[in-house]
Amino acid sequence: MKFAVIVFPGSNCDDDLFYAIRDGLHEQVAFVSYTETSLDGFDGVLLPGGFSYGDYLRSGAIASLSPIMNEVRRFADEGKLVFGTCNGFQMLTEMNLLPGALIRNKKIKFICKPVSLKIVNNQTSFTTDYKDQTLIELPIAHGEGSYYCDDKTLVKLKKNKQIVFRYEDNPNGSIDDIAGIVNERGNVLGMMPHPERAIETLLGSTDGLDLFKSMLTTHTEGVR
Amino acid sequence: MIQEPTAREIEETKLYQEWGLTDSEYRLIKNDILKRQPNYTEAGLFSVMWSEHCSYKNSRPVLSRFPNSGPQVLQGPGEGAGVIDIGDGKAVVFKAESHNHPSAVEPYEGAATGVGGIIRDIFSMGATPIALLDSLRFGELDNERTKYLMSEIVSGIGGYGNCIGIPTIGGETSFDPCYEGNPLVNAMCVGLIEHKNIQKGQAKGNGNLVIYVGAKTGRDGIHGATFASDEFADDKETQRSAVQVGDPFMEKLLMDACLELILDHPDWLVGIQDMGAAGLVSSTAEMASKAGSGMVLDLDKVPQRETNMSAYEMMLSESQERMVLCIKPEFETEVTDLFKKYDLEAVNIGYVTESTDYILIHEGKIVANLPVDSLTSDVPVYHKEQKEPARINQFKNQDDFIPEIENVRETWLDLLRQPTIASKASLYETYDSQVKVNTVVKPGSDAGVIRIRETNKALAMTTDCNARYIYLNPKIGGQIAVSEAARNIVASGGRPLAITDCLNYGRPENPEVFWEFDQSAIGISEACELFNTPVISGNVSLYNEFNEQAIYPTPMIGMVGLIKDVKHITTQDFKHLNDLLYLIGTTYDDFNGSEIQKMVSGKISGDLTHFDLKQEKRNQELVLEAIESNLVESAHDLAEGGLAVALSESAFKNDLGMTVELDITDAQLFSETQSRFILSVNPANAEAFEKLMELNAQKIGRVTATQMIDVTTKDNHIVIAVAEAKHAWEDAIPCLMK
Repeated sequence: MKFAVIVFPGSNCDDDLFYAIRDGLHEQVAFVSYTETSLDGFDGVLLPGGFSYGDYLRSGAIASLSPIMNEVRRFADEGKLVFGTCNGFQMLTEMNLLPGALIRNKKIKFICKPVSLKIVNNQTSFTTDYKDQTLIELPIAHGEGSYYCDDKTLVKLKKNKQIVFRYEDNPNGSIDDIAGIVNERGNVLGMMPHPERAIETLLGSTDGLDLFKSMLTTHTEGVR
Repeated sequence: MIQEPTAREIEETKLYQEWGLTDSEYRLIKNDILKRQPNYTEAGLFSVMWSEHCSYKNSRPVLSRFPNSGPQVLQGPGEGAGVIDIGDGKAVVFKAESHNHPSAVEPYEGAATGVGGIIRDIFSMGATPIALLDSLRFGELDNERTKYLMSEIVSGIGGYGNCIGIPTIGGETSFDPCYEGNPLVNAMCVGLIEHKNIQKGQAKGNGNLVIYVGAKTGRDGIHGATFASDEFADDKETQRSAVQVGDPFMEKLLMDACLELILDHPDWLVGIQDMGAAGLVSSTAEMASKAGSGMVLDLDKVPQRETNMSAYEMMLSESQERMVLCIKPEFETEVTDLFKKYDLEAVNIGYVTESTDYILIHEGKIVANLPVDSLTSDVPVYHKEQKEPARINQFKNQDDFIPEIENVRETWLDLLRQPTIASKASLYETYDSQVKVNTVVKPGSDAGVIRIRETNKALAMTTDCNARYIYLNPKIGGQIAVSEAARNIVASGGRPLAITDCLNYGRPENPEVFWEFDQSAIGISEACELFNTPVISGNVSLYNEFNEQAIYPTPMIGMVGLIKDVKHITTQDFKHLNDLLYLIGTTYDDFNGSEIQKMVSGKISGDLTHFDLKQEKRNQELVLEAIESNLVESAHDLAEGGLAVALSESAFKNDLGMTVELDITDAQLFSETQSRFILSVNPANAEAFEKLMELNAQKIGRVTATQMIDVTTKDNHIVIAVAEAKHAWEDAIPCLMK
């Protein structure tokens, strides 16, 4: 499987994703600049965390208008796998590939710490390798990670089982403890925690690896 | 535009005095260097370049005490940062810098631009920044102003580091009333480099081009260096305009572009330097002077974001996120194109000459023409008067302080609540400590640890300085500052390599301040000699006073150590039930300058006794040997609050308890005798460990699952639930900040 890590001006977790795929998953991975217009040859797209365009205007807002993003949208429309973490999740909501928005943390400040998450749907293309309802620990590092959507959307998210991860001890004020969601079709995942930072025992946790393994499983066995 | 004063008016009105030049310095410039009156622009250049901040004219005789060479030193002081060999063709680059004065008046931007500046120093060497640390000092958290300063300074550090994507993995924060009007913000950056990529800030080669890259120049920060060379008072509120504004997004682009140029196109580049204090003049004059070259700059080409800027303003501006390059002329288009890719301007603003003249052209006219060395090397060096403060003798002659402990349990918990000791998680959790996925030990242990990819090695790094000790006895206090840093590195499994420093003191014109400065430098030097940790970079910050009250002398030590194998990485937390606990080092009645002395008497006094540098080194060597022999599960150095605090901190992370029996008094639980560690050891390794340590390790107990701190002294039996102690320690600062 070949992954594309899209690099925007100000992305800073692009290396983190690159190493997770190359050294953790042992699959192919390449950086793709925001100025590119083609994703030919790639099987999965990863949108990294960071501060694209310095968070000017709104987090992820300017990046979502980059040339490559038309191609990312087409890629998603074809049913291929698109994953965004942190700033990547913010881009996906800005592009309306995922519903809702990420707003400032309830307690205003940036928070970097490990948090406990529950896998609330292990039937998605990104979570098949996790056991359902298990707890995992992943780091968060964000200032604008409080997930928000209107009631109608929330009802829909629940009904369609689009909520994938929930915080055990909500760190940022996200509605319904939501840490990560998929789109209706199930091929686009956005989440605030960083699975790519939990790949190696040396660094404290390997709980993130199964997410990328699940993507590989899905790719190998066909999109569910 | 305001009419600039003429050369004659500057002399007659003594305008130069307002910029910090003395009468004798002015006469030296006029009579010996230029042999004419300097014009407005020239007088401005001299005043910033001859400020203490740029020239070290007062501190140079003291700095010359520091050892700064050794086989491991690839670059000592004098460049953007020092460089130390770590084998495999790799090297570690690091430096610390203070941003105290800007942070006092505009805390968010002051702290943010302090971080931005130190990062530029590292990547200008060709190194990829891998970690940030911050050493902070505040007044007591009992007033709104201090709470505001701390909150904004911490936000500024996080705002910059998080955005640019360099993990902040360590540092220290402590509190004493002397910092109330003049907080300290010292930022340290560590980078990694291949030997072959090490750059120099030089402009050599007749006809080579001087290229300006990065943000446009505005009027911000003019005379920032002069401002840093003056003290604060209530009537100096107008200095806010001398603080710059940071843009970490711009710096991220600048860093990535400069590193691409350095790493991929070494043949294009001759030299590179950041524009820090005294901006364009300091960077270009230093680059030319170092290479023995002259330089001609056409200021009309300097990218400007304000209109009608004078030559004086452009040269002295401290606008952030700017760099100067010296490149070969045949690659001008390639260099411009490379920066364009990052949406950055690279502008040819001048060229290198064979002469040694520094010539500035503005609006077609020569506005400055000086020998370049006159700005950098001809600065007079002052040997300041020194006088031992009266308090020192008083401290030596008074009885040692010994606290009377009425309720050990309450004292123990109260100490854990002291802000200097209490958990700093509420501060460091606002810093991204993991970006780039190399952080093995995050903030909260003795030292931060970053692994080095593609090797089995790691780097441990720490900042330390107990300024209270230096206030009591600057020489011994200086030795202790280096020793404590080394102890933190060793406890993490590293071998100390070298240090950087931020030397924060009051007004050098005060002979007592200068004595403190010199004595502490002697102590630091003695310790560095013994530990073989040369001083490879650093910074001096004088005039840290508020309303004529100086801060404690605070020479912050930033140390980096090499961990030979990642499997030796050790943290302070107890790991397993039934592991045996050992205390390394002897405990005496060392309460002078201690946290408990401050807590119970409200002030500190007395002399420092019992500290023995050789014993310190011996203990560190033994501990490191035990760690490298894989005999140690956890290691923690003993510092503020002594054994009681160290035992508590070791228990918190994994919620384990301990049973400990000690042959000491209740009070000695809180003694701050140096050179001590607590180690936990798997019982299976106890025999080998004890054999290695000989009589230097005292078995004091074991790790238990009871989640209780259970300690017996000569006087008492103390039981505290780990949860209760942790609660006191964790909640103290968040409570005070409410």
